[in-house]
Amino acid sequence: MSTEVIIAGLYVFALAAFLGYQLISRVPPLLHTPLMSATNAISGISLVGSLVTAGAHYNTLSTWLGFIAVTASTINVVGGFMITDRMLKMFKRQHAPRKDSTEEQKRA
Amino acid sequence: MGLPIELTYLAASILFILGLKGLSHPETARRGMIFAEIGMLLAIVGTLFHRDIISYEWIVAGLIIGSIIGGAISIWVPMTAMPQRTALSHAFGALAASLVGVSEYYRHGADISTFKMGALSFEVLLGGITVTGSLMAFIKLQDWIRGTPITYRGQNILNLLLLGVTISMFFYLFFAPSAHLVFYAMAGLAFVFGVLLVLPIGAADMPVVMSLMNSYAGLAAAATGFAISNNVLIIAGTLDGFSGFILSVLMCRAMNRSITNVLFGAFGAEIEVTLSGSLGEMREVKAEDVAVQLAYANQVIFVPGYGMATAQAQHAVRELATMLEARGVTVKYAIHPVAGRMPGHMNVLLAEANVPYSSLYDLEQINPEFPATDVAVVIGANDVVNPDARDNPKSAIAGMPILEVDKARTVVVLKRGKGKGFAGIENPLFFKPNCGMLYGDAKASLIKLAEAVQNA
Repeated sequence: MSTEVIIAGLYVFALAAFLGYQLISRVPPLLHTPLMSATNAISGISLVGSLVTAGAHYNTLSTWLGFIAVTASTINVVGGFMITDRMLKMFKRQHAPRKDSTEEQKRA
Repeated sequence: MGLPIELTYLAASILFILGLKGLSHPETARRGMIFAEIGMLLAIVGTLFHRDIISYEWIVAGLIIGSIIGGAISIWVPMTAMPQRTALSHAFGALAASLVGVSEYYRHGADISTFKMGALSFEVLLGGITVTGSLMAFIKLQDWIRGTPITYRGQNILNLLLLGVTISMFFYLFFAPSAHLVFYAMAGLAFVFGVLLVLPIGAADMPVVMSLMNSYAGLAAAATGFAISNNVLIIAGTLDGFSGFILSVLMCRAMNRSITNVLFGAFGAEIEVTLSGSLGEMREVKAEDVAVQLAYANQVIFVPGYGMATAQAQHAVRELATMLEARGVTVKYAIHPVAGRMPGHMNVLLAEANVPYSSLYDLEQINPEFPATDVAVVIGANDVVNPDARDNPKSAIAGMPILEVDKARTVVVLKRGKGKGFAGIENPLFFKPNCGMLYGDAKASLIKLAEAVQNA
């Protein structure tokens, strides 16, 4: 790995760190749980590394490890985004028209 | 790696950042997530054209199995189990990172540059700790083992020793990248260390552990990015890592403790000397009497804690609140940052019960309101409303910012029994003259209250 590549990587890391600090500081405590699941889904981007490992046939072990890694990352990406959306859908400013009224009747 | 692929990665990075930016407000959050999802899709599709990939059977199999499992979990997991799900996802993310790391090392072995070796070691080390640490957190949150800290003699010394050995191996690999045995031993020790690290941490400190694991999982992904020279991985991993780090700091600040204290303090392990004799008697109140107070109040503040989650009482709270609002009572909710088992846990549960977020208030916003409040209803919260944190410098939780419910005209505490809170700390709030105890399952008590309010 050449020095330029390493330095470029470190630049990216440093700038992403500052940007991350700015972005995350603005997320209200209200949304901290969705934030955690969202960042988790986003860091599931390590899937792109796993994909190459699983499909390149470098050797049998790598292929297997890659396959498990693809599965694990996909669980995070798909599950993370879906559950984040499920949570964010629930946050409403005012009393919404009661969508869950049937459910409530069941309970009552 | 080809320009087109790199361009999809660049687009993905920008879309991820826009996605997180959207999370600064509930109104823009969903749109932001759609950006992030598009970014993810672009990056994945781009990668499928990577020239190293020669066959797709394992990729497709992994994608399908992962989508089914991930989708199923996210559809069926109840909101109360969100901390467990999040712990599991940290484990999965870290597992993927450490496996890619092991594969890269296995493939390149001795002819690896010092820098890449460092990145790989870092990735496997953090990944390993996060996998087993998160699984331990999951087991504790799921109540498969007791939530109290598990301690033994020499625990901290053993942990520090193990950490020391692991880190020495990490540095040794810089100079001798071909020492396979050391690399795999280090990976193994990282897995063991994850378990030992979380064993002594009590369930009430889980918000910090969750945030830390979030941070580690992200940093492991960033290290993967360095190891395979992939910028989008560095960016996404760093954003995740910093998000977790900021949350850990916020959680620690909300408990007035340091991260070291949380990790090695085994908080809540020893039961304190009971002081109940000097504090007087707790006053038990009847649901009917409380209902009358609530029905004729001007302002009522609900203070939820983990007990609300365990009793699945969020819908019952909302129903009672709706009834009170119909009578003209102002209803607010006070949310302590560390109430529950993960950051934001209470907010999500109340949102699920259709409580509008404009009624949810943070610590700083709501504390000035308590003196003007007729009734504060504490639902399964304990340490976060303990006035000792403010008044008694000798208390184990001294200095922890609390919700000052004791300043309300009347306080009603919904509690399962007369026992002490999780941390084993006596709560003087329960003995104050303006405080009444309503014993029983929180959900049952709330339903009883709602019925009584209707008749009031």
